[in-house]
Amino acid sequence: MPPRLRDWLDERLAWHQIADFLAHKTVPLHRFSYWYFMGGITLFLFGVQVATGMLLLLYYRPTSNEAFESVQYIMTQVQFGWLVRSIHSWSANLMVFTAFVHMFSVLFLGAYRKPRELTWISGMVLLFLVMGFGFSGYLLPWNTLAFFATKVGTDMVGQTPAVGHYLMVFLRGGEDVTGATLTRFFGFHVALLPGITTLLVALHLALVQRQGISVPPGIEAEWKANPATRRDMSFFPNFFLREMIAWYVALGVLGALAALAPWELGVKADAFAPAPAGIKPEWYFLFMFQTLKLIPAKIWLIDGELVGLAAFGGAGLLWTLLPFFDREGSRFGRKWIVGAGIFALAYMSVMTVYAYWAK
Amino acid sequence: MTPEGSESGNHSLPRRAFVRTLLGSGFLGSLLSFFYPVTRYLLPPPASEFSSDEVVAGQISELKNNTGKIFRFGSKPGLLIRGADGSYHALSATCTHLDCTVQYRGDLQRVWCACHNGMYDLKGRNVSGPPPRPLQQYEVHVRGDEIVVTRPQRS
Amino acid sequence: MPTGLNNGFAKPPGGRRGSLRWLLAAAFLLAGTSLWAQAPNSCLDCHSALDPPQQVTPEQFAADIHAQKGLTCASCHGGDPTKDDDQAMSKAAGFRGKIKRSQVPELCASCHSDGAFMRKFNPSLRTDQLAQYKTSVHGQRLAKGDDRVAVCTDCHSVHDIRPAADSRSSVHPLNVAATCSRCHSDSKRMKPYSIPTDQFAGYSASVHHEALVVRGDLSAPTCTTCHGNHGAAPPGVASVENVCSNCHAFQAQLFDASPHKAAFAAVSMPGCVTCHSNHRIQHPTDAMLGTGPQSVCTNCHSEGDAGFKVAGATQQKLSGLEAAIGRADEVLDRAESGGMNVSQAKLSQAQARDALTKARVSIHSVTVDRILQDVQAGAKLAEQNLAAGNQALADRDYRRWGLGISLIVILVTIAGLWLYIREIEGRNRSRPA
Repeated sequence: MPPRLRDWLDERLAWHQIADFLAHKTVPLHRFSYWYFMGGITLFLFGVQVATGMLLLLYYRPTSNEAFESVQYIMTQVQFGWLVRSIHSWSANLMVFTAFVHMFSVLFLGAYRKPRELTWISGMVLLFLVMGFGFSGYLLPWNTLAFFATKVGTDMVGQTPAVGHYLMVFLRGGEDVTGATLTRFFGFHVALLPGITTLLVALHLALVQRQGISVPPGIEAEWKANPATRRDMSFFPNFFLREMIAWYVALGVLGALAALAPWELGVKADAFAPAPAGIKPEWYFLFMFQTLKLIPAKIWLIDGELVGLAAFGGAGLLWTLLPFFDREGSRFGRKWIVGAGIFALAYMSVMTVYAYWAK
Repeated sequence: MTPEGSESGNHSLPRRAFVRTLLGSGFLGSLLSFFYPVTRYLLPPPASEFSSDEVVAGQISELKNNTGKIFRFGSKPGLLIRGADGSYHALSATCTHLDCTVQYRGDLQRVWCACHNGMYDLKGRNVSGPPPRPLQQYEVHVRGDEIVVTRPQRS
Repeated sequence: MPTGLNNGFAKPPGGRRGSLRWLLAAAFLLAGTSLWAQAPNSCLDCHSALDPPQQVTPEQFAADIHAQKGLTCASCHGGDPTKDDDQAMSKAAGFRGKIKRSQVPELCASCHSDGAFMRKFNPSLRTDQLAQYKTSVHGQRLAKGDDRVAVCTDCHSVHDIRPAADSRSSVHPLNVAATCSRCHSDSKRMKPYSIPTDQFAGYSASVHHEALVVRGDLSAPTCTTCHGNHGAAPPGVASVENVCSNCHAFQAQLFDASPHKAAFAAVSMPGCVTCHSNHRIQHPTDAMLGTGPQSVCTNCHSEGDAGFKVAGATQQKLSGLEAAIGRADEVLDRAESGGMNVSQAKLSQAQARDALTKARVSIHSVTVDRILQDVQAGAKLAEQNLAAGNQALADRDYRRWGLGISLIVILVTIAGLWLYIREIEGRNRSRPA
């Protein structure tokens, strides 16, 4: 940085403090260090979503009358509109995927342990927000698949005891999925969720800077036994340059997907047409969808779907509180958590594949 | 990461310049390949209005009295008629019998379907022949030189 | 609490035992009035117990429109339904017994041709049925003494007559052909008249039958649409084209302006029917044109004459247009599966197909120039859509080129980054803790 600029910033922002901090930031180097990229890639994809989303906002119209036509307009008339829209759709799916990979890698590498419980909790909330982004954004093109997937999804929310119906009406903006739902989902997608997400991402990143990068327990033990074997890499410029490579790779993948497999438009939604056969939610909800389909109608005296929803709700809550099950020095807790992680990963993968085959 | 113990040798100046050129041009290139599409995206295309409920069906100079014209309304044809008294009418041009495209017959002052001799009046009411239902009526307004046809919005 | 004077009710005569008698009398009156509401009908009482053909049940008769309007057995058959047996069917009561077939039309017309009378029931019903019937083949033969022809009751049924608009009626448009075929498909019955009996079979295989009976389009023709109902008779060679032109006006106009009109009239060939048949009218195909085995043109035209040339040229033009539309479709499909949006062009393809349909209609002019108008309009559209499809494919390729270039840029950047990393890590890549 040119010295004059550096001095200018320093006089106003105490830039040298920030620069010193960044210069001393390190990343532990071990055989699992590649997984440290996952969070950054998720952040990069979020940035892509914000940028492409803002561009889409210039042409998209969030009413049931014009939503589909406006997306069609973007895909066919606007210069490079097809590129912006396809990148947005692909990046959304990739982001959900990398968010899950990031979560599982943090779990298996034990980065949730004290003192990083808050980072884990904020991360879990961010994961739920990302899925909320996916669910709300999916409706916006207002095509048949999206319309009915939203209907099925919000129907299931309505099954929750006591609050279910109010929740459903809140989400739908009424009793049924209508133009009011579209307006509401649009508000969630471009204002409410981004606002909360930005704050939480800032918190999440601040925590990571404050606490440094975690070292997995196995590696920790190795380095404790033999301190000379510990290796760290400077964040600036070494790790950062490598992260740039990862981000460029992600960019290349996005571009290729957008150009070779553009996102389809579908058919404009018709509320009065019957639901097409085999309606499914997006892939990241499939494991839940398939589970609910397999649960028998009644378990003892309780409605089967209710049991399924309760199970997933409970699992989500427990998952968020994971760090508190692995107290300091409790090897028993760690083994259970790793076991649960393997089980969850296997279950989700199997159920997702099954849902595709089952039709 | 990269294995430990690699050579720590200083790279020669031409080599370093090459790397910097590569990096610089790559980075610049990626900026360009980002800004070029985005800039073109930001400029609105020539057809700025795409609304599915409103369309310019023609110019006022186009239609003489007692003639009709087929125009496109979304994905379906529409019929714009200028009556003998100069007033404009717009109807859906898809016959309600078997979906043929209707036309305006000045000699009969009726809308006629050539397929099975169905007849409609200027308001789209089916007056003779096989058609079981009237044609959907649209609203017509004159905006400057243009004849604008709109259809009632569905929610 | 005493309220005086029996709570306001008049005291029944005869005291308490008297009130019981009142109750019984009231009960009988009620039973009697219920019987009276249906009116005593000794005819139905006996005839419902008989075997066919004399059997008429109350359920049957209740379905009859005449019964619903208040007419009874006596309205047609005379007699007195309030009396029993001998008195019911006595000449004195005007009993006519079974009506002779030859007298049925006059009997029905005694009401149905009386305008003033029919006005009391349904003012918009026609009253000329008998006059029409007398012009029909059935009516003329009946007048000559043949009572095996159809009379009113053969088509409209008897004792359970429903209005024609009722879909259960034997003369509802959906059922007319089946009703006519009861006699007209019976070869034994039709033998003395020497007319064919394949009409119903032919009609059942036709597009009109498919439209009417299968798709339920009530505007499609059945026997009576072309032959008339009460005045039923074949239209005749010279006028059958007029009948078809009621719906197929455009084809008729073209035919009338064509050389075929005079030519057909000269040899007493009927318009329309000569090529399309009368009853077994199938959906026309391009193979009916040209000079191939299924061509109808070669029935009259042969190698060398002008019509033969026109037939060949016509088919060639039409199949050329069809092929052009097919080519555009193929390219558009390829573009679409490559991820391009070609909905505009696909829309325009529908218009091109419209033009092909119009061209197939304009062949009735048997004038190449006239046919070419529609063919060329369609060909122009197909060409435009083919160009749009090729443009879409070119756009797809452009996108792939653009992708290639941006991927190269990305690879260059990644290479630059990697080399830069290697360079600076010659110095210090990783530090011991």
